[in-house]
Amino acid sequence: MRELYDFVRGSVAIAVRGNRAYYAWMALLLVLALQGVAAYCHQARTGLIVTNMRDPVSWAFYIGNFTFLVGVGAAAVMLVIPAYLYDWKPIKEVVVFGELLAIAAMVMCLLFVLVDMGRPDRFWHMLPFLGSLHLPMSLLAWDAVVLNVYLCLNLVIAGYLIFSTFRGRRYNPRFVVPLVIFSIPMAISIHTVTAFIYNGMAGRPYWNSAILAPRFLASAFCSGPVVLLILFQIVRRIARFDIKDEALHKIAELMAYAMGINLFLTGAEIFKEYYSDTQHLVYFQYLFSGLHGRRSPIAIYGWAAMILGIAAFILFVIPRTRKNPITMNLGCLMIYGSVYIEKGIALLIPGYTPDVLGQVYEYVPSATEVRVSMGIFGIGFLLFTVMAKVAVATLSGRLAATPR
Amino acid sequence: MEERQQGTERKLSRREVLQGLAALLATLASSGCRTGGSPELDAFLQKHFWRLTPAELDAVLARLEKQYAERFGKPVSVKATPPLEGVTFAYALDIARCIGCRRCVYGCVEENNQSRNPQVHWITVLEMDKEKGVNLQYADAFYDHALVPEPDKFYMPVACMHCENPPCVKVCPVNATWKDADGIVVIDYNWCIGCRCCMSGCPYGARHFNWAPPDLPPEDLNANTEYLGNRPRPRGVVEKCHFCIQRVRHGQYPKCVEVCPVGARKFGNLLDPKSEIRYILENKRVYILKEDLNTQPKFYYYYGI
Amino acid sequence: MRNAAGLRKALIQACVGLAALVVLISIVRSEDAPRKAEPVQGPAGNDEVAVAPPPFSEEIFPCSGCHEDLKVNTTPRQLKKNHKEIILHHGDRWCLDCHDALARDKLHLANGKLIDFTESFRLCGQCHGPTLRDWRAGEHGKRTGNWSGRKQYLLCVHCHNPHAPRYKPMEPLPPPVRPEDIR
Repeated sequence: MRELYDFVRGSVAIAVRGNRAYYAWMALLLVLALQGVAAYCHQARTGLIVTNMRDPVSWAFYIGNFTFLVGVGAAAVMLVIPAYLYDWKPIKEVVVFGELLAIAAMVMCLLFVLVDMGRPDRFWHMLPFLGSLHLPMSLLAWDAVVLNVYLCLNLVIAGYLIFSTFRGRRYNPRFVVPLVIFSIPMAISIHTVTAFIYNGMAGRPYWNSAILAPRFLASAFCSGPVVLLILFQIVRRIARFDIKDEALHKIAELMAYAMGINLFLTGAEIFKEYYSDTQHLVYFQYLFSGLHGRRSPIAIYGWAAMILGIAAFILFVIPRTRKNPITMNLGCLMIYGSVYIEKGIALLIPGYTPDVLGQVYEYVPSATEVRVSMGIFGIGFLLFTVMAKVAVATLSGRLAATPR
Repeated sequence: MEERQQGTERKLSRREVLQGLAALLATLASSGCRTGGSPELDAFLQKHFWRLTPAELDAVLARLEKQYAERFGKPVSVKATPPLEGVTFAYALDIARCIGCRRCVYGCVEENNQSRNPQVHWITVLEMDKEKGVNLQYADAFYDHALVPEPDKFYMPVACMHCENPPCVKVCPVNATWKDADGIVVIDYNWCIGCRCCMSGCPYGARHFNWAPPDLPPEDLNANTEYLGNRPRPRGVVEKCHFCIQRVRHGQYPKCVEVCPVGARKFGNLLDPKSEIRYILENKRVYILKEDLNTQPKFYYYYGI
Repeated sequence: MRNAAGLRKALIQACVGLAALVVLISIVRSEDAPRKAEPVQGPAGNDEVAVAPPPFSEEIFPCSGCHEDLKVNTTPRQLKKNHKEIILHHGDRWCLDCHDALARDKLHLANGKLIDFTESFRLCGQCHGPTLRDWRAGEHGKRTGNWSGRKQYLLCVHCHNPHAPRYKPMEPLPPPVRPEDIR
């Protein structure tokens, strides 16, 4: 207990100390978070009418961000597989950062679900036994279960690893390794279940495609690790923490394969819709061109996602550009943007436009939605920054129960 | 946490406090006990409809009646009429006769206490081209002509189909919506968490959300309400057609059936061989919207002539 | 339902139905005082179903009030003095094809049989047979009252003007507010 208290105190000290860039970064995140809270208070007071969601487009910006972040959380497994399954040392030491990213992503996911609910005061209805969780039929109920299990799993694993290091004790592999192995199917399951929520809706032909779950996983694995790649480069530079180039290159290589699969699956979807040319083509038409002679407002995003995705794949698949820091980081930003659009706007909006009765409501996020979303990202990045800083300090020995 | 002795008293450890709070919350939630008469807390802790004992249900209805009377300044009755036995409701709409006058839409609004602002309509009337047939990609819900019917158009009102295999019931994470024994798909507005999964799942756009607190002027209130039906809804929950439970479970027709000036709407008990609904299914050319989705609706479209 | 409770329930529903009928008649084009509902053959042939009384214009019935003393002229023609406000637009026929020349308070079928105005559906049903069949089954026509128990039937003429039956287009109620206009 005493050690826990020291750890918390030490972590707080780490969190509030840093260089000017760090303060600027934290200040920015704090501002984002606080304005997000203020925007949410406005929404909580007035109702979801302050968003631009309406009956035809009943899920939009919040759930789009949620879907993207579930993918980011699932991507932690990208590091776990080579580290623990193949016992590849260069990655093993950085696996914990993947788990911290998963924690931050899960927290953001749960926040996005909370702000999207019409009655957040009734959240307890989703608790098993106390409430009435509709298992096994409701995929949303399953999602609630697996997301929380995954969050707890990562909290336990990462917390245990970091705290053991803090105490100077070696972690007990028999406790941690089974949990880590378990987190692999858990990571796959969170994104598969999220995909099944969309996939299972027969009334939404844009989503009712068998390859939606594989597409989700592929795009998750090619975009989630971006945050880690950028983090590792920062950490290498400013903290006394050694991360080998090998680790970064391996992560980038795995991402390249995931990008290839993602592009292939997307291509398969596009072929099926355009070649078969059924009525269901209207959703892709809204995404890439327009309906009834009108130019679609989201066409630019649809094309941007495609072009950025292809460009990023090219940069990552060629070893030279993958290893070059400039092109690698450029590729990272491109794939992050591409998948953010693909899992956000390009997933949600065409699913609802035109709606089930053929009517078109052109949705754009409202100011409140953007503000609340930025606030949640601010909270998530804040959380991740603090956790990462504590992890770096602990793993490098600066933060220890008995200083080395 | 170490326990510290302070005289003869023992300070509660943090763990004990948390355990106690959890136990208290669990007890309150699972017992649904009256918490000293605070309606807000009663509302927050209200159990799922299936778990309410008859006494608890009566208490809920009484609380709601009091709440509505305070809000609207007149007595409101809230009943929880159970389904009739030996009844499966079905609905038929003659699209050869519908002229798209929308009197059903507004009749429903008046009968079922929908919010006027923001506007909530449970029935959407689609205008389609006779040449193109039933093709939703060319349907228009916002037609605004001086007179209807337009010569080369036909009209198809859409509302909840009360499917046998309802996607909305399947996806609801908290069992806030279910298909009752008489076939009506109902919503418990006090259990719905407003996640809107059901709205995404419904292929007919039948479910509507209260994006803002519903605005219902007291003079427009229909004071004869049902708990699972037309009682004034709170904000942040989903609502939809329920075949006018407050009418049909007492033998009457839904409001839309009675208000239709051309007799295009028919309703009845599918299990009664002498009902007009059976006559229609046995003698008329009937079709189902989006039949390939296997939702098996209880709302049939037919050609009367 | 053969027991007393069932009969009582049916009776109450019929009374409620009749009350609703009174309201209904005031909506439809008649201002006549409601008379006792006359039973009529129902769909199974031996059910008795109440039908609302005919929607006469004010003081027009009984026709014999004027026609008892008037000369009978069976020449098909355009009426110039009385009843000239009636626009006849119902196929290729004129007044006495349906109204009886001698028994003015009755209508006559094609075979000459006289029927009351309260049974005018038999006259319409001569040409509109499938519609009459559907009406008896409860499928055709405005449906009010109770789906369980006694149904309320209207005569054809309650909705269709027998002289010019074609419906005129009517003004629709306003379209729904577009989602983008909901604030």
